[in-house]
Amino acid sequence: MLRHLRPTIVMLLGLSIITGVIYPLAVTGIAKIAFPFQAGGSIIERDGKPIGSALIGQNFTGPRYFHPRPSATTDTDPADSTKTIAAPYNAANSSGSNLGPTAKALVDRVKDDMGKLQAENPAAKVPGDLVTTSASGLDPDISPAAAEFQVPRVAKARGLSEDAVRMLVASHTDPRWLGLLGAPHVNVLALNMALDATAK
Amino acid sequence: MTFNGWIQIAVFCAIIIALARPLGGYLMRVVEGERTLLSPIFGPVERGLYRLSGIDPKQEQSWLSYALAMIVFKAGGFVLLYAILRLQPVLPLNPDGQGAITPDLAFNTAISFLTNTNWQSYGGESTMSYLSQMLGLTVQNFISAAAGIAVAVAVIRGFARRSAGTIGNFWTDMVRVTLYILLPICFVGALVIVWQGVPQTFMGEVTATTLEGAKQVISLGPVASQEAIKMLGTNGGGFFNANSAHPFENPTALTNMMQVLAIFALGGALTNTFGRMVRDERQGWAVFAAMGLLFLVGVGVLYWSEAHANPLLAQLGMDSSLGNMEGKEVRFGIAQSALFSTVTTDASCGAVDAMMESFLPLGGMVPLVNMMLGEIVFGGVGSGLYGFLLFAIVAVFVAGLMVGRTPEYLGKKIEAREMKLTILGILCLPLVMLGFTALAVVLPGPLGALSAAGPHGFTEALYAYVSGAANNGSAFAGISANTPFWNTTLGIDMVVGRFFVMIPVLGIAGAMAAKKTVPASAGTFPTNGPLFVGLVIGVIVIVGGLTFFPSLALGPIVEHYAMNAGTLY
Repeated sequence: MLRHLRPTIVMLLGLSIITGVIYPLAVTGIAKIAFPFQAGGSIIERDGKPIGSALIGQNFTGPRYFHPRPSATTDTDPADSTKTIAAPYNAANSSGSNLGPTAKALVDRVKDDMGKLQAENPAAKVPGDLVTTSASGLDPDISPAAAEFQVPRVAKARGLSEDAVRMLVASHTDPRWLGLLGAPHVNVLALNMALDATAK
Repeated sequence: MTFNGWIQIAVFCAIIIALARPLGGYLMRVVEGERTLLSPIFGPVERGLYRLSGIDPKQEQSWLSYALAMIVFKAGGFVLLYAILRLQPVLPLNPDGQGAITPDLAFNTAISFLTNTNWQSYGGESTMSYLSQMLGLTVQNFISAAAGIAVAVAVIRGFARRSAGTIGNFWTDMVRVTLYILLPICFVGALVIVWQGVPQTFMGEVTATTLEGAKQVISLGPVASQEAIKMLGTNGGGFFNANSAHPFENPTALTNMMQVLAIFALGGALTNTFGRMVRDERQGWAVFAAMGLLFLVGVGVLYWSEAHANPLLAQLGMDSSLGNMEGKEVRFGIAQSALFSTVTTDASCGAVDAMMESFLPLGGMVPLVNMMLGEIVFGGVGSGLYGFLLFAIVAVFVAGLMVGRTPEYLGKKIEAREMKLTILGILCLPLVMLGFTALAVVLPGPLGALSAAGPHGFTEALYAYVSGAANNGSAFAGISANTPFWNTTLGIDMVVGRFFVMIPVLGIAGAMAAKKTVPASAGTFPTNGPLFVGLVIGVIVIVGGLTFFPSLALGPIVEHYAMNAGTLY
């Protein structure tokens, strides 16, 4: 036992310095020079102030903006620190709903959301991603179908033609990577910023 | 299921097959102490570590000494990590002001990382300082992975050598694997994922004002450097609570593909290293084939299951063409989510890019079964191979019984002592997995941690202990397991699952190394062909099925029928 003690201490310290200090610092240094925007969290600024991250979804509720997917993230209840309250798109506490397929809470929630969405656009079927929460609770994207579903509402609220909004959606739809990997998606924050830019 | 989805899975398979030989050969050169391209850089570091440690890299160890070195090293790692976690508030690099970690959570987390499990009772961004993540968790990610590979290599030496008293030197194996394999791949990988959007910064959280004027606090950190080793070392403990589903850990479909490749790369390559070291690469390919077939079945079932929308939601009038999107990210889609979930539980990674708890019942059963079988499908780095070899021994034993001959594997006779150790290694997993689950679901206190009722709640508890003992670390994450009962029992669960397999396996290796080789004859059962592949798969499925089917029937299977009958809980 004892003869393994010295190598244990030396190896733990040595490898801690190599893999726990030098390695992360070297990656940080190079990343800061080569990819400063990404390394800092892809933070988007407007007028010098951060308005969010290109990769992190944020909550939109008004009719003039495209809405993201429902989010299951929570925050500590300010009134009682042992409890949590719903706080959609809380980027300091990522999490999914973790509701199982037979959970009553899941079916009730979806039924509720479906009612609101069907009232908003009775002509179309509600896309699945618009009534389901994402795994991170911070999904920045919606499916192209979910964007199309919201086009009539946004166009009406902004006094734009549906075709104009549709064009904007099309130009913000990211295809699969190299046409192969992942699924087509629309970044909600980028799309909404483009909407604001057209208004000006 | 779409054609494109299957192509994505096929591309993944092709890359893993293509990597096996070159990476397997490189792995062998590294553990044999040969010169490599990186020797000019890491050679001096390596020799310095040996000199300070007072060890002679040429001096090999018996299996017992090898195992002892590993255990003392692990115990030291536990003390170090526990201390860092407990002292977090007074240590530097804590820009977000994280508080102290409770003793039971620190115990659970320290065990979790040293056993390569990375069960997350903690929520990354809400409990861990940057120093804890970097000097605590990242370091353990490296050394637990390196120790896993070291043990696998020692076991291979046991089979490869004749009449030998030693199986290698733990220290040199562990250091070489860290410096020449894990570190360089992670360094390049970390930079590539930063390019794709993974943050790497010490600046602390950012407070943004959203377009609608709300306040959004965005957690950041040195994510990329930890992310790379988290996948390559099949560790799986996320920087953030949502793990690889978080856009900062896994921003694009490309990073998702890189992550699944990183999980399987070394596990696949080790089968080739095994073949090379026993001087018959076809032995390695036979193992690879058996693992590959089990993988394909898993990914097929999971993809099929999740490509369907939840029928209870579809009947509300929802468009079901996207599949089951609860707990999944749009940018990955179903195929990449299914691929990731299968790979992460075939291996002992446990990172998730979709929430297992929200899978349809049969989809959620696939990860569970993968872990119950002991994660021998490529498996955790190192642990997958040596776990698989236990089943290979049982398979040749069964074959030997059928023809009435003493079983042989790789020219070594398998005798009573090896069989006893093999069975010990195989049986300790179900003992803790099922035993602790039974305990948790009858005691009123622990039951309160479950978020779901009915069969799904049972599966939640079962999943926790299966994941812990298999050293996976993924969860049906609705469970609130950060309580003294769960933290402690899961800690024991993880230790038994890691070391009660590792130590018997090293014992087998020692016994094998000491044996003479028997020349192959007409009566020898060939272990490099399709018959062996079929037999070993049969053994794995039968042992797993007989042990675990009742628990699966109580959980996911009954839930599947309940869902189709429209029952809610």
